[in-house]
Amino acid sequence: MEIKETSLIKLHKSHGAKLVEFAGYNMPIQYSDGILNEHKFTRSNCGIFDVSHMGQLFIIGDNDLTEDLEKIFPIDLQSLKKNQSKYSFLMNDNGGIYDDLIITKINNGYLIILNAACKDNDLKIIKKKLNGKYKIDLKDNLSLVALQGPGSKNVLEKIIPEIDNLKFMHGDEFKFSNLDIYITRSGYTGEDGFEISIPNEIAEKFTKELLDKGSKLIGLGARDTLRMEAGLCLYGNDIDTETTPIEANLKWAISKKRINDQYPGSEVIKKQIQSGVKKLRVGIKPDTKVIARANTKIFNEENKEIGKITSGTFGPSVDHPISMGYVDNNYSSLDTKIFLEIRGKKVSANICKLPFYQKNYVKEI
Amino acid sequence: MSEVKFSKEHEWIKLEGEVATIGITKHATEMLGDIVFAELPDKGSSVEKDGTAGVVESTKAASDVYTPVSGEVVDTNQAIVDDPAKINEDPEGAAWFFKLKMKDMSEMDSLMNKDEYDKFAKESGN
Repeated sequence: MEIKETSLIKLHKSHGAKLVEFAGYNMPIQYSDGILNEHKFTRSNCGIFDVSHMGQLFIIGDNDLTEDLEKIFPIDLQSLKKNQSKYSFLMNDNGGIYDDLIITKINNGYLIILNAACKDNDLKIIKKKLNGKYKIDLKDNLSLVALQGPGSKNVLEKIIPEIDNLKFMHGDEFKFSNLDIYITRSGYTGEDGFEISIPNEIAEKFTKELLDKGSKLIGLGARDTLRMEAGLCLYGNDIDTETTPIEANLKWAISKKRINDQYPGSEVIKKQIQSGVKKLRVGIKPDTKVIARANTKIFNEENKEIGKITSGTFGPSVDHPISMGYVDNNYSSLDTKIFLEIRGKKVSANICKLPFYQKNYVKEI
Repeated sequence: MSEVKFSKEHEWIKLEGEVATIGITKHATEMLGDIVFAELPDKGSSVEKDGTAGVVESTKAASDVYTPVSGEVVDTNQAIVDDPAKINEDPEGAAWFFKLKMKDMSEMDSLMNKDEYDKFAKESGN
């Protein structure tokens, strides 16, 4: 299969990007500054992330669509206001997660942001469930640029002054170069920030303006360390078809109003909410500086295997190794002592609070 | 001046008498990216040519450090364990990994000189 490129590929190359294949796209893992500097710059200033590989799915329809989508997603779409965004899941009948996604109510329908590696399968599933009733379009003529960090608002305001009014997890339509763009105040770093859906033909021009205003391009490497510090799940690592949102400690994303309704996996979800889960996603902090990465086995004090790490790295802003993973729910309470098997040695660690890094979202303005 | 030699696993080795100082090359650090963790062999332990003698980790991945020659570990560089960023700063100088009392001096013969290594690194691209 031919490797795809985003409309910012030239810009990546001119900024010294180290490119790697990710979900079928040639993507920047880092630029010449390196992952640590890119991570820290995002936390202190503001970084630009090309996330154009992600799916932008538009579904056009009226009230019927809202009802039909509620049969697919476990959220309360009836009370979702226009331009409001919510985190949700596409699940199988066992409550396993096909994808985690953000749904935004837009003019005439919904915009759903999907993971790059899942988007084609998601489209197939959603199309089948909606049975040809609505116009569904997975756009490849749109890029997606994320601007993340405490300086994001100041930078973006210089280009689009009206974004000042956007609230966290809300979006709106704006203009750039006389074309429509859609901006939401959201992200994947634990910082204030924006995600800008923009026509391919003006994406580079727009990104260059962001660069001119003092932000920097940041690669997928730092995106991963940033999201881990923020305790956010990476699909394929921390959540997949073998984990449910409840096991993933994401119960907050299941609308309370929908618990007794029917949607794929609803019986499993309801049962797990009522009677608990066998395994739970937790934060894990090794006692030493050793890093416990995905697939590291977790043991209790009696040397019994109790779980597995799903993500792990060095957290540049917390200045310590951080991991998350699933443990037997009997061992999921804070400060439980556990052991991680790393290169044949058992390393002591503790269950700890997520996120590792305190989030700095701007919730109220 | 003592000669510096290089291995295909991207280690450098500098011999003074029968004591060899070993570290990873600048090329290796550029491939690895920011190093955030280093583990060294125990002082007094014996290591075998091409065997594992430590670990370095970047934010992305863990990589074994191999020893290009056999011997007894007589010293290790605690400074790079305490501050692994030093490895990126001065990989072929202050950020040496460990010192070995060599067992078999002839093991030096099969290693590359600087020109050979530079060519190897450029061609292998890894």
